[in-house]
Amino acid sequence: MPGARPEPEHLWRSAEPKPSYEVVVVGGGGHGLATAYYLARNHGIRDVCVVERGWLAGGNVARNTTIIRSNYLWEASEAIYEHALRLWEGLEDELDWDLQFSQRGVMNLAHTLGDVREGRRRVEANRLAGIDAEWLEPEEVRAFCPILNVSPDVRYPVLGATLQRRAGVARHDRVAWAYATRASELGVDIVEHLEVTGFLRDARGRVVGVETDAGPIRAGAVALAAAGHTSVLAERVGLRLPLQSHPLQALVSNLYEPVLGCVVMSNAVHVYVSQADKGELVMGAGIDAYNGYGQRGSFHVIEHQMAAALELFPIFRHAQLLRTWAGIVDVCPDASPIIGLTPIEGLYLNCGWGTGGFKATPASGWVYADTIANGRPHPLAEPFSLERFTTGALVDEHGAAAVAH
Amino acid sequence: MLLIRCPWCGPRDEVEFRYGGQAGIAYPADPDGLSDEAWADYLFMRDNPKGPFAERWFHAAGCRRWFHALRDTATHRFLATARLDEPLPEAGT
Amino acid sequence: MTGPRRLPTGGAWVDRDRPLALRFDGREIPAFEGDTVASALLGAGIVGGFRSPILGRPRGIVAAGVEEPNAYVEVRAPWFSPILAATTLPVEPGMEVVPRPGVGRLPTEDVPARPSVHTHRHAEAVVIGAGPAGRAAAREAAARGERVILIDEGHRIDDPPADVRCLPRTTATGIYDDGYVVAYERAPAVDRVWHLRARRVVLASGAHERTVAFAGNDRPGVMLAGAARTYLERYGVLCGERAVVFSTNAWGHLAAAALAAAGARVVLLEPAPVDAAGVDLRGVERRAGWLVVGTEGDPALRAVRVRDPEGGEEALEADLLAVSGGFSPVIQLARAIGAGVRYDEARACFVPDGTGPEWLEVVGAAAGEVPPTAPLFRIREGDDADKYVEPQRDQTVADVASAVRRGLRSVEHVKRATYIGTTIDQGRTSGVLTVEIVNELLGLPHGSQAPTNPRPPYTPVPYSALAGLDRGPTLLDPVRTTPMHPAHVARGAVFEDVGQWKRPRFYPKDGEDMDAAVARECLAVRTAAGVLDASTLGKIEVVGPDAADFLDRMYANRMSTLPVGRARYGVMLGLDGMIVDDGVAVRLAEDRFLVTTTTSGAATVLDRFEEWLQTEWPHLRVWCTSVTEQWAVAAVSGPRAREVVAALELSVDLDPDAFPHMAVREATLAGVPARILRVSFTGERSYELHVPARYGLGLWEAVLEAGEPLGLEPYGTEAMHVLRAEKGYIIVGQDTDGTVTAEDVGLGWLVRTDGSDFVGRRSLARPELRRPDRRQLVGLLPEDPEALLPEGAQLVEGPVEPPAHALGWVTSSYRSPTLGRTFALALVEAGRSRIGTALVAPLAGGPVAARVVEPVLYDPEGSRLR
Repeated sequence: MPGARPEPEHLWRSAEPKPSYEVVVVGGGGHGLATAYYLARNHGIRDVCVVERGWLAGGNVARNTTIIRSNYLWEASEAIYEHALRLWEGLEDELDWDLQFSQRGVMNLAHTLGDVREGRRRVEANRLAGIDAEWLEPEEVRAFCPILNVSPDVRYPVLGATLQRRAGVARHDRVAWAYATRASELGVDIVEHLEVTGFLRDARGRVVGVETDAGPIRAGAVALAAAGHTSVLAERVGLRLPLQSHPLQALVSNLYEPVLGCVVMSNAVHVYVSQADKGELVMGAGIDAYNGYGQRGSFHVIEHQMAAALELFPIFRHAQLLRTWAGIVDVCPDASPIIGLTPIEGLYLNCGWGTGGFKATPASGWVYADTIANGRPHPLAEPFSLERFTTGALVDEHGAAAVAH
Repeated sequence: MLLIRCPWCGPRDEVEFRYGGQAGIAYPADPDGLSDEAWADYLFMRDNPKGPFAERWFHAAGCRRWFHALRDTATHRFLATARLDEPLPEAGT
Repeated sequence: MTGPRRLPTGGAWVDRDRPLALRFDGREIPAFEGDTVASALLGAGIVGGFRSPILGRPRGIVAAGVEEPNAYVEVRAPWFSPILAATTLPVEPGMEVVPRPGVGRLPTEDVPARPSVHTHRHAEAVVIGAGPAGRAAAREAAARGERVILIDEGHRIDDPPADVRCLPRTTATGIYDDGYVVAYERAPAVDRVWHLRARRVVLASGAHERTVAFAGNDRPGVMLAGAARTYLERYGVLCGERAVVFSTNAWGHLAAAALAAAGARVVLLEPAPVDAAGVDLRGVERRAGWLVVGTEGDPALRAVRVRDPEGGEEALEADLLAVSGGFSPVIQLARAIGAGVRYDEARACFVPDGTGPEWLEVVGAAAGEVPPTAPLFRIREGDDADKYVEPQRDQTVADVASAVRRGLRSVEHVKRATYIGTTIDQGRTSGVLTVEIVNELLGLPHGSQAPTNPRPPYTPVPYSALAGLDRGPTLLDPVRTTPMHPAHVARGAVFEDVGQWKRPRFYPKDGEDMDAAVARECLAVRTAAGVLDASTLGKIEVVGPDAADFLDRMYANRMSTLPVGRARYGVMLGLDGMIVDDGVAVRLAEDRFLVTTTTSGAATVLDRFEEWLQTEWPHLRVWCTSVTEQWAVAAVSGPRAREVVAALELSVDLDPDAFPHMAVREATLAGVPARILRVSFTGERSYELHVPARYGLGLWEAVLEAGEPLGLEPYGTEAMHVLRAEKGYIIVGQDTDGTVTAEDVGLGWLVRTDGSDFVGRRSLARPELRRPDRRQLVGLLPEDPEALLPEGAQLVEGPVEPPAHALGWVTSSYRSPTLGRTFALALVEAGRSRIGTALVAPLAGGPVAARVVEPVLYDPEGSRLR
């Protein structure tokens, strides 16, 4: 739908793959496209190919609930997500694209004294990290979101909330398309419907390209950005990773006149919801417990979600569920991503974003491109190395993100 | 709502079960003998195939027994389940 | 009174003896029992009545079912719904509706939801769709003696098969793994969500007719041919007297025949040859090779612009244009569970390709048994911006072409650029049309791309129905209360939620606020005695010859050396070496232990025990039983605790030499079997009195009766927190967060170093866990003894500007009536080496300085425990 900026006349160019590139990015989702864009834009590396096995940006970037925030618990996470948020704040100008980026504020509700303690800790940590954060008492919660039920006579009353006003949402497809188009304009080749089936190795074991349905493509560096399918690809090069892929469900309602002007999240009762510009309520559900690549989850997860949502938002009782779907999220044991080099020379890794991938997109692409261009981890990526699982220096965001983003 | 065939109780709804991840990851006999890398392997590194996957489930709201399953992660379909004292199911069985 | 379009007779679904009145947009509309809102409107001669959501164009009813793109209403009476298709909504007595252009309104005032329930059933066969194919499948299965459930979204099931559970007004909203079908029934008084588990699912959901994208195809008076026939045959409504039927297939021709037989003047335009053998087209004027190229009206249809095979155009007067561009099998439900599709060239549609779960069978029109048709999706003549592909989003051929011209090639991209198919009907009429127009524009053969992936639910379901009864303060999640709960309520306790438990947080007296109540409760414990309801503590009995060996493996400290009749505090680590739970282990006999866990950790710890026993050490002869709810616990604590307990009829010698701290006795208490644990979480002499749950309330009352004359007060979790923090005792989950080791919180002394293994031990040797600058638990005393540091406050060395590195944070912080000041516990980098130095909490209201001290601020020698 039309926005403030004129729609670009041409979107990305669909390319045929050349025999070799300086960098091949495997995965044409938000992260892969942002990586290609920043390789070209920040590092002058334009001899880049993004290979996507399906239609472009059809994976998790097309399936998420579009929430953007940076109020994470640990300094390493705060730094990279805040870097992302700052990039988001300039991204419409940077890409000259109406991304429907809306800093409408994200509230995380607390329902128990433990939640309150955790929320306040997060507010204090965020402030010290230079990230805007506020603690709201129940009355302030109601003032910020009048349709929330903050009365004490519900199962888990609202005891307060954290609020990040700079947080919000953006239109996911537009983000991916904008990165794709601008990367394409800078010379990046984008190849859709081409599956990477293996890796080219040289005598020393270095990765020097990829095998595809359409033959080999040689590359100076191969950068995985395949989210839920990372393990499947890594297995083809003999790399075992601390990743498990799970269905993560989300849903939208019919369109309604505006009732909800902010994003509300509640880990304790498994709700996160916003209202899109078109009018649908966009909600996330919990992660299904089992590994699954089926892009569908179990319906009881959705039902549980509804029950919890009605408790918080009595006005939603009349809303109607229009569509449910699932993405495949790759989750690390500490609920933080892996970005950086691998034990295999020539192969780079960016995965494990779990439920937090969309909001990180610009920073993920930025630091990944820098890591690939320089052959060493970007400073913001250092804490997210694969080695942390050996040393024990995990970045444990479970407390901050028990289920939902 | 998956239908899971507990080897002891028969088919039951998914909500009665807890998922236990990859099967066959045994606690090392001599943890001290392992390098940090090998210990990290045991702690964190897991197969994550798209296709048949030998995994563990726990019938938490039933007989409270752990058991093994072979399930296709692409279709969610259970191919086999087995008691812990039976051989681990393998693809093709 | 009947409407002008209602024929004097006919209409198999309406009961003419039961007239009803419908209020539509403030107007009274005559209707019959059995009408839908749409059939009543059409019967009343209302052509139009609706508007498009974006451009506000006048629109009319197009379909007779869920594929309707235009006719949406808000139901205001006799119940409320923000938006429903008029074509699927049976008229009820007193019904009042207003049109809604695709966007609903959620009432901010308190409008009750329809009541809803959930019902679970098992069946050998669930058949979805009660048309001829579905009924045949149901009949066949019933004849085999199977339990059969037959579902149909229509409000009637004609010719219902015998011995089959028929569910009309019910939509199968999703088919899920392993034959799980979720269905939504909109009964007159209640919503019901069916959860069906079937051995076999038969999908007989029929086919939806498509329109054709020609100029002016969204004008009121243009509808699907099959819909015109349905309104005639089911409702006795003739949608037009001068009808043009534009049909590419035999079923479209059936509509022409039916309209003519009912007395309409019918011109049938056949853009391509149609095998209509068996269709009685008497009285129908057939024009082979003719096309519709436009419509005229104001806004309702007055004339259809048509074009003969030679290119000559004329206008045919008409009040109905019935279009049939072919049929698309309704296979959304099958596709969503993994069935694939293939393109059927002869029928110009996508049909199931036979893949998908083996328990799913697709039959009838859904399987592709639809008439052949020429592939006609759009008419080239006319302005593309006037040819509506997705009326509910006001999207035209021009919009699709624009997306393709900009470089979008995938129909998924076109959907996202235009929002086609994201409508309430989820693109039922627009889906195939869009994909084939995209294929044509790209120069690809028809069928090169399939329509976008359908997603459940098949039709929208109210949130209230999905939530069912799982709502409100008691049913959303179970509430667990202890046997003493009535006494807490009677005393006016303020409760907190701990997991599912309700625990008294404090017991305010005479208008006290929390601080005053907590101070009073704390002082009672420190100076006289207090009693805490500790029943929620997790309690697990670990029994068997190898129980001691097992607990040694599960706890970081040694339990096997514990003598019978003694208790020991223990810490449990995760495999990663971090604290996951703590509690007390009691040896009741050589082969019998009672271990307590944190309130919220009880279930997890039991799970953990059973997992290790079954999967790693099946040779250990150990059995674990949760007894959390079998025993009620009153913890009596304070200098006069012994006097309080002595006043109970207890069969135990309370002399501290005979029954010292950390000893345990099995005894009787007023004749009731009891376990008495001399363990303390307050730092005062304590007696944990465990009795069978049914005696819990009696025990509580007896303790209060015996203790109140001695100054005993019941105390809640808040006072308990203050008292334990004064002693530097941690609360797992508050002073730890999954990243904290026993060493970090000063419990390194209890971690075994004798080389014997326990869960988590190897991880402690990893480099990160051996760093000297790890965060460590310390005490903090604010320089201003009245200043209360907020829990979660970050700590730095001096004034800083963000972004700055935090040395740590406050985990617990209280006012201590005993110390006469505030104090806190904190995790601080290299904290123990900072004792004696000052740190600053940079708070929004200004920095607060505090001195780092040992975490044990009260009775560090432990002399009061005896």
